[in-house]
Amino acid sequence: MERKTKVHAETDKQELVITREFDLPLELLFKAYVEPDIVAQWMGTNVLKLESKKHGSYQFETTDPKGNKHRFNGVIHEFVPNQKITRTFEMENTPLSVQLEFLEFEPLTDDTSQLTMHVVYRSVELRDQILKLPFAQGINMAHNRLQDVVSKLN
Amino acid sequence: MNLRRDVFQAIADPTRRAILLLVASHAMTAGAIAANFDTARPTVSKHLQILTECELLKQEQQGREMIYHLNATKMKEIADFIEPFRQLWDDRFNKLESIMKNYQSKK
Repeated sequence: MERKTKVHAETDKQELVITREFDLPLELLFKAYVEPDIVAQWMGTNVLKLESKKHGSYQFETTDPKGNKHRFNGVIHEFVPNQKITRTFEMENTPLSVQLEFLEFEPLTDDTSQLTMHVVYRSVELRDQILKLPFAQGINMAHNRLQDVVSKLN
Repeated sequence: MNLRRDVFQAIADPTRRAILLLVASHAMTAGAIAANFDTARPTVSKHLQILTECELLKQEQQGREMIYHLNATKMKEIADFIEPFRQLWDDRFNKLESIMKNYQSKK
């Protein structure tokens, strides 16, 4: 089976690129990044704040299986509907430094679209550390949370 | 699991990564590898030993010289360390896709 989501991470670079083709029209894909209740569903987070505009900011909160809360936040630098979002992303109360994300949304056909997520980290080491997080922990909390949500839906 | 961690430690060093890149093009003797670095020969030997212990390199005796090959299978394991990260995003995006398909049909 072809992998729909691709991660391109070159050795010794402090960035990575995630690409994904969706069986969704461009407008619907973009909406999934803008509507707080939809973001909450697919990210498996509470959306405390989401101001989708230039100079806007956002804050999400997840709860792990032990009941601990983890917050994420960032500032939106560019917001062009159905084209791009440039934003920062930071995990609160962790030593992991803020990262810069360039999200580009493109139409492929009337019914399909592509997202390119270019993420820049503070250092090569930090990027590699974050890449290995799910690997090193064996269990990723966000992932688990997502599994929980999905299994409840089924 | 421990073995994998060792592999990551092995590739965390810039000299060892450079050695892997060199050997990736073709198998080389320890001397030929060392000739590419300013560091002392025993230092390079130490790096070769670590890479061999982690099974990233394979040794083969050829006459008086030891030849080093890249162990492609092991290198693939390193490539695979991105896989859980990719899987995480793939799951999220699959979820996004199914939610939006429902959203669309409700309209």
